[in-house]
Amino acid sequence: MITNIQTFFQDLASSGINLTIFYDAFDFDRFITGLGNTLLLILVSAFLSIVIGAGCAAILTLSNGFAAAIVRGYIALFRNTPLIVQMYFFYFAIGSIMPVGRNELGLPQPLISSFSWAVLSLSLYSGAFNTETFRAGIGAVHNSYEEAALALGYGKRQAFFSVTAPLALRFSFASLANNLVDLTKATTVAYAVGVAELLYVSNQIWSDSLNTIEMMNVMLVIYLVLTGAVVFIINRVEAAMRLPGFGLGDGQ
Amino acid sequence: MNQSNLLAQILEWMPFVLQGFVLNILMSVLAIAIGTTVGTFLGFGQISPNILIGAPAKLATQLFRNAPWLVLLFYCIFLMPYQVNIGGVMIQLPSWLRATIGFSFPVAANFSEIVRGSVNSVPRGQWEAAEALGYSRRATLFRIILPQCVTRMVPPWMNLYALLLTATPLSMIVGVEEALGRTQAAVQAQSDSRVLIPMYLALLAMFFLYTWPINRLSLMLERRFRTK
Amino acid sequence: MTITLNAAPLICLRGVRKSFGTFEVLRGIDMDIRKGEVVAIVGPSGSGKSTILRTINGLTPINEGTIQVGDIEVSDPKLDQVKLRHRVGMVFQQYNLFPHKTVLENVAMAPIQVLRQPRRLVEERARKLLADMRLPDKASSYPGELSGGQQQRVAIARALCMEPEVILFDEVTAALDPEMVKEVLSAVRKVAEDGMTCILVTHEMGFAREAADHVYFTDKGVIVEHAPPADFFTKASDPRTKEFLSKVL
Repeated sequence: MITNIQTFFQDLASSGINLTIFYDAFDFDRFITGLGNTLLLILVSAFLSIVIGAGCAAILTLSNGFAAAIVRGYIALFRNTPLIVQMYFFYFAIGSIMPVGRNELGLPQPLISSFSWAVLSLSLYSGAFNTETFRAGIGAVHNSYEEAALALGYGKRQAFFSVTAPLALRFSFASLANNLVDLTKATTVAYAVGVAELLYVSNQIWSDSLNTIEMMNVMLVIYLVLTGAVVFIINRVEAAMRLPGFGLGDGQ
Repeated sequence: MNQSNLLAQILEWMPFVLQGFVLNILMSVLAIAIGTTVGTFLGFGQISPNILIGAPAKLATQLFRNAPWLVLLFYCIFLMPYQVNIGGVMIQLPSWLRATIGFSFPVAANFSEIVRGSVNSVPRGQWEAAEALGYSRRATLFRIILPQCVTRMVPPWMNLYALLLTATPLSMIVGVEEALGRTQAAVQAQSDSRVLIPMYLALLAMFFLYTWPINRLSLMLERRFRTK
Repeated sequence: MTITLNAAPLICLRGVRKSFGTFEVLRGIDMDIRKGEVVAIVGPSGSGKSTILRTINGLTPINEGTIQVGDIEVSDPKLDQVKLRHRVGMVFQQYNLFPHKTVLENVAMAPIQVLRQPRRLVEERARKLLADMRLPDKASSYPGELSGGQQQRVAIARALCMEPEVILFDEVTAALDPEMVKEVLSAVRKVAEDGMTCILVTHEMGFAREAADHVYFTDKGVIVEHAPPADFFTKASDPRTKEFLSKVL
């Protein structure tokens, strides 16, 4: 079976469409590594950015003081500067003052890998957008729900976590899906700091095998599948959490 | 080397980096112009009742909206010719210009969605009322619907421009000498790791000072339109 | 509906004033409500009726005056909110049930989470209250699956489950379709007959007349007059009251 596939793509290569990743074991391994790293970047950064977004939105809602000012500053900074410059700032500038360890050969090795810097940078960037998403979701929940909770003796914080936040989440899905699609696309920027993600390995493969167009098309298809999958998953979660008589258009 | 020396070094490089930033602005202005024009047609195509126009417009919009900017940039850099022959005149396409075209695709797709979204946000009753008065579909769109939603398209369009501007340094990866590329070159030439943080902070500040007012203005306009 | 007339009032408002911006909604309100009493507040829209209710459980802070609920001073800045809201329940015009919780959870969650009472005990009580409200089979439904009248009865059960000493009813039938008004009013009447102190803001004059012990008429932020319903609806003295009654009766 596998030999059949390999033969097919080798024949295809001789006719001009050279997809080395389907018959060359080395290119296949590189490609799978890249795909794996891209998936890992998406999953870890998506998780962290949602945590950051939810935490910051809670701070903006519950506090007016110093903490809220910090969060507002964070959002303004990360939304109004380029992701790639942020990533360079973390990787090159902040990375230059970070402690350096030694690897097993005794050579200097940064304690924080480029992958970690990329995750940090993507999470903070996407987290700023998620904060605004959740904040808008909170704003969409009619304040009569909070009032009902207060009338039952809930404190402001308790009412927020038991009543407002679960309802706000349900108003946030459409915008969250958008942000996560953007995050999926933005993982390609990790290429710039040398993370061996999909774009990076594809570039290596087409440089070695001279099949630029083929690899670009494969990559494009994969990103379209990934962004489609993100939307599909969020829609499934949204459907599973849908409440009778409560949805967009009737925040009452 | 003392602190003032360090500052002097950084200031010395600023004109060089700022010239790069002018290229970022130039690319963003060109790309928003091309993207808005193409996006307008794509957007009208998306709302067309003719499936032969609607389906390709929707497909193109989704394709360019969901593809990473960097991937589209690679397509344009590697697959576009270095020069084109238009009516016997050879026109050079330097990499910054090819990058600009690369940025125009996602901008067009995003603007197409802005057009579709704002036209769809006009209540159905407006179309029906115009139809009842004998307006054709085209006349309804241009005389009744669009005048209502053009103002509503301005804030998301401004956000799109801000997003585009912050995407332009991606072109550094494909060798365009814009602000980030020049900052990289500067810190390498300095070979003093102490300039790294201030140099990158200066670069972040440049983008922030340009983009922040645009996003603020967009937010203000959005609030004003919403209360109307 | 026996009233101990000589007992000290359970709720006592003195000179309560409240402004929203430059608009003065309450311009010196005095009220006394005794334990077990059913009080109806009537008046034209915008006369401040609902605001009076909301000041009593502290949802709307007041600018001047005093509000006493039992031994609690509501405008005290060191007020224990939980203690106040344990004693004062509220039912809203729009029900305001929590759409992400089942009917049973809606009724039981505050006693469990706020009063820290044992779950088993609270749920038992909640089921009994739902049965009293003639909703025994709706415990595991979500509010969005119920009619407006059913939702409002759940909201009454939710207020009762806190075992308060007084319940504030804020135009509880105003958002309902006409055919559901009756079922909610009879639920309110049952609560009143069981001895609960009730303060109702209402547009249902017939209901105020038969269920209330005392009727207050408010207009433009002041209490114009108050009397037992028999007197109020027949011998109103103030021209503003007369005009209002001529419109609504």
